[in-house]
Amino acid sequence: MKTKYCIGIDIGSTCAKTVVLSQDKSVLLQLLQPTGWSSVDTAEDIRRRLESAGFPIEGGAAVATGYGRVSVPYADKCVTEITCHGRGACHIYGADQLTVIDIGGQDTKIIRIENGAVSDFLMNDKCSAGTGRFLEIMANTLAVRPEELCSMAAEGGGVSISSMCTVFAESEVISLIGRGEKRENIAFAVVDSIVKKVSSQAGRMAGGQGAVCLTGGLCGYPYLRQSLSDALGCEVRTAEDGRYAGAMGAALSALALEKQQSAEK
Amino acid sequence: MAYELPPRFAEYNEARQKGFLTVKKVKEDGGRVAGIFCTFTPLEILDAAGFLSVSLCGMSGETIPAAEAHLPRNLCPLIKSSYGFALTDKCPYTYFSDLIVGETTCDGKKKMYELLGRLKPVYTLHLPQGLDGCALENWTAELRRFIAFLEERFGVSVTDKALREAARARNQERRARMALMETMRAVPPPASGLSLYRTLEGSGFLFDQDQRTAGLDRLREELLAAYAAGERPVSAASRRILVTGCPIGGVLEKTVGVIEASGGAVVCFENCSGIKAACQMVDEQAEDILSAIAARYLEIGCAVLSPNRRRREHLKKLIEEFHVDGVVEVDLQSCATYGVETYEIQALLRELGVPYMALETDYGQGDCGQLSTRLGAFIERL
Repeated sequence: MKTKYCIGIDIGSTCAKTVVLSQDKSVLLQLLQPTGWSSVDTAEDIRRRLESAGFPIEGGAAVATGYGRVSVPYADKCVTEITCHGRGACHIYGADQLTVIDIGGQDTKIIRIENGAVSDFLMNDKCSAGTGRFLEIMANTLAVRPEELCSMAAEGGGVSISSMCTVFAESEVISLIGRGEKRENIAFAVVDSIVKKVSSQAGRMAGGQGAVCLTGGLCGYPYLRQSLSDALGCEVRTAEDGRYAGAMGAALSALALEKQQSAEK
Repeated sequence: MAYELPPRFAEYNEARQKGFLTVKKVKEDGGRVAGIFCTFTPLEILDAAGFLSVSLCGMSGETIPAAEAHLPRNLCPLIKSSYGFALTDKCPYTYFSDLIVGETTCDGKKKMYELLGRLKPVYTLHLPQGLDGCALENWTAELRRFIAFLEERFGVSVTDKALREAARARNQERRARMALMETMRAVPPPASGLSLYRTLEGSGFLFDQDQRTAGLDRLREELLAAYAAGERPVSAASRRILVTGCPIGGVLEKTVGVIEASGGAVVCFENCSGIKAACQMVDEQAEDILSAIAARYLEIGCAVLSPNRRRREHLKKLIEEFHVDGVVEVDLQSCATYGVETYEIQALLRELGVPYMALETDYGQGDCGQLSTRLGAFIERL
């Protein structure tokens, strides 16, 4: 019987996140794993892990989201990551007026929430500037991990990269390395470029009420949050569970789906 | 008279070969073909001069790489595709056109026509930039010059009587198009937007005027009969979408197709092949029929005009008439005129409280995943 718990699965371009919620919306389980090269294998792996943690897929409604959402054959429904991030962020931050900035692996979304529902959104298109992938590539070039790059950036300054194209920006970083520029300063330039891109996107959605909060894989990086707050002129909130916002939203959708289905019976 | 097929004809697929042979037959039977690009082309003049008009707007990315040898990459895909078809001899209508008629609409098109003129006989009509001042007088004079050109170049005579007759027949076809599109006001609509659009687009390639009009009427009757018999091809739960913006023939699947696969139903097309250019009639009784024809074309609410007030008035009306839940603007890459107007359209729709999303796309497949997420999320929020 599908009544005890609900499952949300967010298969992103870089990481797959899973959240299991109880009927009263408390978190029973969170899983995080790299998506790898096959969303289908990842979905299967999630199914096995859920089962061994005592939450077999047959026991609860499941909603899939993220770019790999169509590769989850056992999901009862697919919902786009925009709706899920919005819903998840409302729950995590306990607010129904909110601007959500989700910096994901391959795209960045600005989602406006009014009265607990998505009222408008923007997404980067045709370009990876200002995304997690951009940060990852630059971190690789500097031979550090993305989180190290962000902490290094706090110590740097005085340098900027002008190119918005990831490939050209990488060449700029390589020439900065060649010039003997300090790694901290290059790291600063990388984060600065992301912050500028994201804040100009967020600026196009200006005029909303309520807090601005960050979700997605980069929300655990304090320096990024601080620079984004400075650029937007308001405090950007983050939460420990911020990167699970999409999966949380999917689990909440599963909960709603189940209620709807039992009401129809 | 005998007509040659293009040198690479044997390499074409069956459908394309068939297209070439059909148009070749039309020409051998004495027909003259005018290739056109835009809803501003005064069809009545071409009808009265004995030309068969057919749209040459390129709807496939196939010829874009060839076109990019002459044209910049960051240009509208419709312009590049159309030019590419002329360059590669892959479109039977372009290939067999006796004349190609262009207008000074957007910058990309009017500059492309200059290059196209090196490959084909092109006549470019100077469309006014806006409606104020002497726009109508200038446009009427421009049409008169066009008639003089046709008469001299092709040895035809364009009489007022023939113009009036053409206006009557074209009005009838426009009324049939409108009546067909208006069936979509029903909740739920009697057809999917995708199938309706394909029908409207396809009818443009029928050469016989009466057959075109009768085909549209017949389809409307069939739809209404099926609907009355209880057929509901579209779910009543579908969100009702109005599509506005650029011509969408080349991006139909990844926009309209995706909307309709994500719980939406496109009930109204406010763009070139849709209502935008079908809802105005020529005053058939007017004393000066040419001036009445000119006036009719200037009523089209296209973003190439400055200012373009009609589009906003029109949208407002259509949203109500078609019970629209949300508006999706589909713009083609680098379309400056529609791109700039999105700001005002967004403001208008905010005022009306109707959700709106604008997206820019091209004829490639690279953004399909993104479009389906964005359109999916848009419909989820309705």
